[in-house]
Amino acid sequence: MPMEITPTATDSFKSQEYFINMGPQHPATHGVLRLLLTIDGEIIKKVEPDLGYIHRSIEKMCERDSYQQIVHLTDRMDYLSSHINNEAVCLVVENALGLEVPERVKVIRTIIGELTRIASHCLWWGVMGMDLGAFTTFFLGFRDREMINDIFEETCGARLTMNYNVPGGLMLDIHPNFVNRVKKFVAHFKTKIPEYDELITGNIIFQKRTKGVGILSREDAISFGASGPVARASGYSCDVRKYHPYSALDKVTFTESLKTGGDTLARYEVRIREMWESLSIVEQLIDNIPEGDHRVSTNAVIKLPAGEYYQKVETARGELGVYVISSGTKSPYRLKFRSPGFSNLSVLNHIAVGSKIGDLVAIMATIDLVIPDIDR
Amino acid sequence: MTISLSITKNIHDWLFSIMPEGVAGIAEMILIALVYLGIFSVAGLFLVLVERRVAAWFQLRIGPNRVGFQGILQTLADALKLVSKELTGTVRADKFLYNLAPYFVIISALMAMSVLPFSKEFHAFDINIGVLFLIAISSIGVIGILLGGWSSNNKFALIGAMRSGVQTISYELSVGLSLLTMVLISGSLQLSAIVEVQKNGWLIVQGHIPAVIAFMIFMIAGTAETNRAPFDIVEAESELGAGFHTEYSGMKFAYFFLAEFINMFIIAAIAATVFFGGWLSPFGITESLPWLGVFWFLLKTFVLVFLMMWFRWTFPRLRVDQLLTLEWKYLLPVNLVNIVAMALIVWLNLTIQF
Repeated sequence: MPMEITPTATDSFKSQEYFINMGPQHPATHGVLRLLLTIDGEIIKKVEPDLGYIHRSIEKMCERDSYQQIVHLTDRMDYLSSHINNEAVCLVVENALGLEVPERVKVIRTIIGELTRIASHCLWWGVMGMDLGAFTTFFLGFRDREMINDIFEETCGARLTMNYNVPGGLMLDIHPNFVNRVKKFVAHFKTKIPEYDELITGNIIFQKRTKGVGILSREDAISFGASGPVARASGYSCDVRKYHPYSALDKVTFTESLKTGGDTLARYEVRIREMWESLSIVEQLIDNIPEGDHRVSTNAVIKLPAGEYYQKVETARGELGVYVISSGTKSPYRLKFRSPGFSNLSVLNHIAVGSKIGDLVAIMATIDLVIPDIDR
Repeated sequence: MTISLSITKNIHDWLFSIMPEGVAGIAEMILIALVYLGIFSVAGLFLVLVERRVAAWFQLRIGPNRVGFQGILQTLADALKLVSKELTGTVRADKFLYNLAPYFVIISALMAMSVLPFSKEFHAFDINIGVLFLIAISSIGVIGILLGGWSSNNKFALIGAMRSGVQTISYELSVGLSLLTMVLISGSLQLSAIVEVQKNGWLIVQGHIPAVIAFMIFMIAGTAETNRAPFDIVEAESELGAGFHTEYSGMKFAYFFLAEFINMFIIAAIAATVFFGGWLSPFGITESLPWLGVFWFLLKTFVLVFLMMWFRWTFPRLRVDQLLTLEWKYLLPVNLVNIVAMALIVWLNLTIQF
């Protein structure tokens, strides 16, 4: 509606701030996030995220379910890193029980985890381009993600909500084609990242749209609890894979991608760099998957000893923590997920104020929100 | 009216033989208008299809290929669907302006089409201020966009409309000035005369460096004036949903949609006429076959249309302030210097003539 201004002689030329609802149904919020924007013309004065449109009480449901069932639920949080979410719950259970899983399981978990990260970043890259108005990126990103999804489908039967991990190992052994197809993908994708750079990264419009937009300082990144690529773009070294290696990540060498700009372009470059690093991790592991069992047997009803357990992993979006308080029964007494998306979203108001609507869309794209991860 | 093809001549004679002079004149005008409406809708439908196929080609897809041969009837099917859709509206919208807006857009596009020289004979309205008329008419369209955005009682639409106003007012300067640069060398505002001048070489060759600069400025500003990517901030999908036409549905939406494609065609057609010799064949290879003029005109136009589609499917979108910076800080000063350069070239007779 044209703003409700009652014109008088004095204020007929005065500008007025107004509210606008971005979402819950809006192309740039990538789901059902509602942003209440206070805008002066094109300039953003305030961003208030309104959450809860896809809240499913996953944490409460966990108090009812067995540990095997909880793994299921984590697929539905950050659905783009479902494998890594599953792994977090499995690791916390295995650590609590003192289970030593076979080396084979660790290596396969890491390979699939890194492939998941690449798939997630492919989707992010495509959608980021689309948010900035370059539609072609979407299809290029999905082309490569599709190859990874096909590999997953062959191995575990699912493409998105994989549920491949179980406490004690993997649901099934890998498919005989797995190694070959992954190698083929790695060779293919190495030629495609330069294509991504050619299409978008070097583009003058893209550079202008992202450079110096939404600057997050290192101090702010730490105090807002940001993690993952968002924090690393501000120069905060926080890669869980580096500092608390889990599964087979202590056997591989990789460099943490760090930038100091803290702006949208830095967050973009960090993710592109991470794709290269993930490729190198996959390459290091794919040739020597140890022989052995894909699973150690556990009791049909897993009961964790009473106590508190915590495990964190690095998903495609940042640090996912699983905090379990067990009272010794088949279900946790309380289970809390520390999701990366929630903390990363909290920086939005801080870095978007003063920029234009177009900038807000670019900032949101590089924060890489997955709404079910925020709401749980 | 300079239509002198034999078939139109026959119709003309027949009409004047059976009716009084005034009635026959009006009947003739109505007939021509109907012909142009036909061209208009066919061109619009065809361009939508071309756009979708080109986009698919850029994006590793196949695109619509099911309805008719290679999907040639796809947009017709879409248009039929749009016709049958309910015309929704918002509560407390300004109904009169809301309904009026699409017609502003579509009529301005149609009027601009009437002065396009498809070939030497196929030219409905050859006025001596053709270029001026085109610039003037093409800026009426923005009124429709502003009205649509303002009256539809939606803040996203309002932001889109305001952006459109800002954008069109700015880029009109560049469109006009780059065309004026070419008028300096052609010496006439009449489109048929501009084409005739190019018998000694296309104007982009005759005017060499300033003409190439003018062409680049014209294509950038023309793309901006049609609100197409990378300047599509007016309907920036990821920012404003659908921009100014958020609240339009059915045929009213289709008018906006068609007008965008027609405007793209018009910009490309002007560029083809002013810079690339319009309906003239390259090096006069088909001079003995004048009816091929339409073919050459359309060929040149579609090459330029393809160029604009290429922009759209590879570039990200500019931000609103960057868009204005580009115009006021870069294109406009360059343009002004370019006009002086062109004037000097014409004055000192440094043009390239064959």
